[in-house]
Amino acid sequence: MTSDTEPLTWHAIVRQALKDNDVRLVTYVPDNVLRPLIDGLHADPFFTCFPTAREEEAVGIVSGAAMAGMRGIVLMQTSGFATLPNALASLAVAFQIPVLLMVSERGTLGEFNPGQAIVCRTMRPILDSMGIEHHTMSRLDEAAFIADRTMRQAFATRWPACLILSPLLTGKRS
Amino acid sequence: MTESRDNLHVMNRAALTKRLADRLTQREAVIGGIGNSNWDLWGAGQRPENFYMLGSMGLAAPIALGVAIAQPTRRVFALEGDGSLLMQLGCLSTIAAQAPKNLVLVIWDNGIYQITGGQGTPAAAARTDFVAIARASGIASSQWAADEAEFDALVQRALTTDGPHVIGVRTDQEPGRNQTDRDPIRFRESFMRAMADKVGTG
Repeated sequence: MTSDTEPLTWHAIVRQALKDNDVRLVTYVPDNVLRPLIDGLHADPFFTCFPTAREEEAVGIVSGAAMAGMRGIVLMQTSGFATLPNALASLAVAFQIPVLLMVSERGTLGEFNPGQAIVCRTMRPILDSMGIEHHTMSRLDEAAFIADRTMRQAFATRWPACLILSPLLTGKRS
Repeated sequence: MTESRDNLHVMNRAALTKRLADRLTQREAVIGGIGNSNWDLWGAGQRPENFYMLGSMGLAAPIALGVAIAQPTRRVFALEGDGSLLMQLGCLSTIAAQAPKNLVLVIWDNGIYQITGGQGTPAAAARTDFVAIARASGIASSQWAADEAEFDALVQRALTTDGPHVIGVRTDQEPGRNQTDRDPIRFRESFMRAMADKVGTG
């Protein structure tokens, strides 16, 4: 896991979980909360990390790579997740492809934008309706366990999975 | 090679798909876009290296990009309709930015949403030039095929030179001649097994 000298941050924990599960491909539509994670992934030669124009496109790329032997994850914000139901239902779920999703959760715990707040309420029902397991990471002491086990299960069961980053986790500076 | 969409010979998608498939001898991966692109790929002869989409309109090229990144020594084709590509034009910039040498996008441009009843696309009404968009997105090797002979030549170039390549083809409005099975799990398992048999590093 993370070395003794490295400060324990949520993004270092996520990066290590990705490595431990051999997830080498990272596609994202950026988000300010995800910035330290994205910066760390770009800086680490273990990862192939790049932005896409839309989240659907990122799901397509990760699906193709997964079928060709390279594991991947899509990073996005809540509003980006809301564009995904068709791609998830008809590709990742229908074909049983282990596409990992990580959503930085906006629209709750102090949101100022009413649009974001409403979009946020659609996220978990959409995931539940497709039987996509999701876990909300809200505590630093649980983050490594949740991230690693969720990824492990997604690949073992060949099913997409979603990790939701709560402001409780990402809103604190560590 | 041909620069403009105007004055192109209008070709037949099923016939050209067969022509393309006949040239694939190195276990190239082929991603068939939803609808008739897919059905004609099915009709051209089922190969384990073919992946048949059953939804996710617009994602043939992104899926192909993912395969191409995962396996840089295997050539990967996406066969996508004009209406589908119109839904996901941003993927052309992503492909240009990643610049996978082994990726080829074939655009079948019949100007209609054929499978939903043949309605015209906004791109057709506006005479949008998809190859020009691809080139302007940063994919330098983007060409229209003027006729069958030029299609063959462009495919040959895509098989033997570094990409990414885009080949645009104006096609007629003949519906697909076949339909795929609807068995996503079998398609995925078959495709994954084929991809697990790696193509050499040559």
